[in-house]
Amino acid sequence: MTEVRLEDVGFVYPDGTRALADVDLAFAPGESVAIVGQNGSGKSTLVRHLNGLLRPTEGRVLHDGEDVAGRRVAALASRVGIVFQNPDRQIFAGKVRDEVTFGPRMLGRSEAEAATAGAAALDIVGLSESMDANPYDLGYSRRKLLAIASVLAMDTPVLVLDEPTTGQDARGIARVQTVLANVIGDGRTVIAISHDMRFVAESFARVVVMGDGRVLLDGSPAEVFAESAWPVLASTYLEPPYAARVGARLSLGSTPTETALVEALRARA
Amino acid sequence: MLSLAGISYRYAGYAKPVLHDIDLTLADGEIVGVVGANEAGKSTLCLVASGLAPGSIGGALTGGGLTIDGEAMAGKPLHEFATRVGIGFQNPATQLSGVTGSVFEEVALGPMNLGLRRRETVERVKAALATLGIEDLAEREPRRLSGGQGQLVVLASLLAMRPAHLVLDEPTAQLDPEGTRLVGEALRGLAATGTALLIAEHKTDLLDGLCSRVVVLDGGRIVADGPTRAVLDDPSLVDRGVDPPARVRLARALGAVGLDPSVLS
Repeated sequence: MTEVRLEDVGFVYPDGTRALADVDLAFAPGESVAIVGQNGSGKSTLVRHLNGLLRPTEGRVLHDGEDVAGRRVAALASRVGIVFQNPDRQIFAGKVRDEVTFGPRMLGRSEAEAATAGAAALDIVGLSESMDANPYDLGYSRRKLLAIASVLAMDTPVLVLDEPTTGQDARGIARVQTVLANVIGDGRTVIAISHDMRFVAESFARVVVMGDGRVLLDGSPAEVFAESAWPVLASTYLEPPYAARVGARLSLGSTPTETALVEALRARA
Repeated sequence: MLSLAGISYRYAGYAKPVLHDIDLTLADGEIVGVVGANEAGKSTLCLVASGLAPGSIGGALTGGGLTIDGEAMAGKPLHEFATRVGIGFQNPATQLSGVTGSVFEEVALGPMNLGLRRRETVERVKAALATLGIEDLAEREPRRLSGGQGQLVVLASLLAMRPAHLVLDEPTAQLDPEGTRLVGEALRGLAATGTALLIAEHKTDLLDGLCSRVVVLDGGRIVADGPTRAVLDDPSLVDRGVDPPARVRLARALGAVGLDPSVLS
C-alpha cells in the first residue's frame, strides 16, 4: 500500500508554460479518484508527477511520507503504474503475450510469475483469446484495453489511467468499469483522468476538479456535481452529468448518477 | 453530394471484406452520424468515404464505388480528393504532421500545399483557429499539446483546407464539454455552407443534437438508417452495442420502476 501526496506542487514546462500551481493533494491507499477539468488544465501533467516522469519545479511529491525527488522512475514504477491516453505510445511488442509480460519482467519477476500475471490481466480486460495476436491487428478499443492490462500485470499499489474510456463503445466502458471495480476491490488506489462525467460519477468515490493548473474542487460526486458547485464547474468548462442536471431541475438535491436520480424520484413518488 | 453506392471493401492482406453493400448518400449540408459497436466498421467506413481506402492504404473495393459531387472517384489520384473530402482521424497524434514547430504552421500546412497565396493561407489559418476558440494555441508546439487540444488543432487544419465535404472519426473523443460544444457549433456552421458531414461517434448525446440522420453499422453492414430521433430511440440500438442518449436511457430506467418518464421533459 502506498500513500501518494503532492505538497504545494507547481510545474513550469521548459518553454515557460505553467501547467500546475499550488497543488496540494493526498491519495490514501484504496481510494478511487477521478481528475476532471478542461483540456490543458494540467490533468496529464499532474499524474506524470505521481511516478516521477515529471519532477515538480516547486513543492514535493511524497510516497508514504518519503520525498521521491532522488528516486528514479524505474524504482517508482513498481508503486505507481500509469496507463496513457494513447495506447500506441505505450504498445511496442509484436505479440499481446509479450506486451503484458514486459512490465512484470522489468520489475524482476520470474518468467513464470510474469506469465501468470500477464494472463490474469488479459483475463480481467477480456483479451485472453488474443494472447498470440499482434497488438496492431487489434482495433483501437482493444489496444486500449491491452495497454490497461499491461499496467495491471505489474500489480502496482497505485493505478493511474489517463482517459480510459475514450474510443470505447458501451461494452468497452462497462469492461473498464469492471476492471476498476476489481482493482478497487483489491484495496489498490485508482486515479483516473476523464471527460466522461457519467463515468466519473458512477465509478469513483472522489472527484478532483482542475482548472488552469489548480485544484478547484475536491469531494464526492454528490458534492462536486451539486448545483451549488456548478459555477465552479462552468469556470473550467465542465458540465455536470445529465442525471445531476435533471435532479436539480426537479429539486431532488444532488443526484450525480442515474441510479441516484431514479432512487430520489421513487422516494418522492 | 457524397455518395457510396453498393460499396464492399477489404483491407490489404485480408480475404474477407469488412464493409458489405454500403449504400449511403449525403446531400450537401447534411450532417449524418454513424454509430456502432467497436469494430463494427465505423473507422473503415470513414476511410472509404474519404478515399483513403483503398487510395492511400491499399486494399480493394470488391463492389460499388464512391461518387463526389457527381464525379466517380474510382482510380483518381489522392490529390484529387484533397479539396473534395477531408478526413479527421480518431487519434490526433496520427494526424499531426510532426514536421511543424507551431500550431499556426501546422494549420497552415494544408493550405500551403494547395498552393494558396500567403495572405489567403494566413487568413484561413486565423479564421480556423478563431472558429474553434484556440487562437491562444497558435504559438504552441504541436507536440506539447494535450489530447483534446490536439484534436481541436487537427480539426482547425481540416477547416483551413475548406474541403467540399468532411468525414470525421470520433472528433470529440478527447474533448471537454466546452471543446465539444465549439466543435458542434463549427460543424453546424460548416454544414450551413453546403458541406456534407459524416461523423462516426460513440457519443450519441452529441449526435442527438447535431445530426439530421443517423446510420447504424453492425458487422460491416448498415442495419438502420433514418431520422436521428427514430434511430436513437429504437430499443434495438442497445443490442447493437450502442449506448443511447442520456434522455432515452433515463426514460427507460424510470419506466422500468413504474415512474412516469415525462418528468424528464
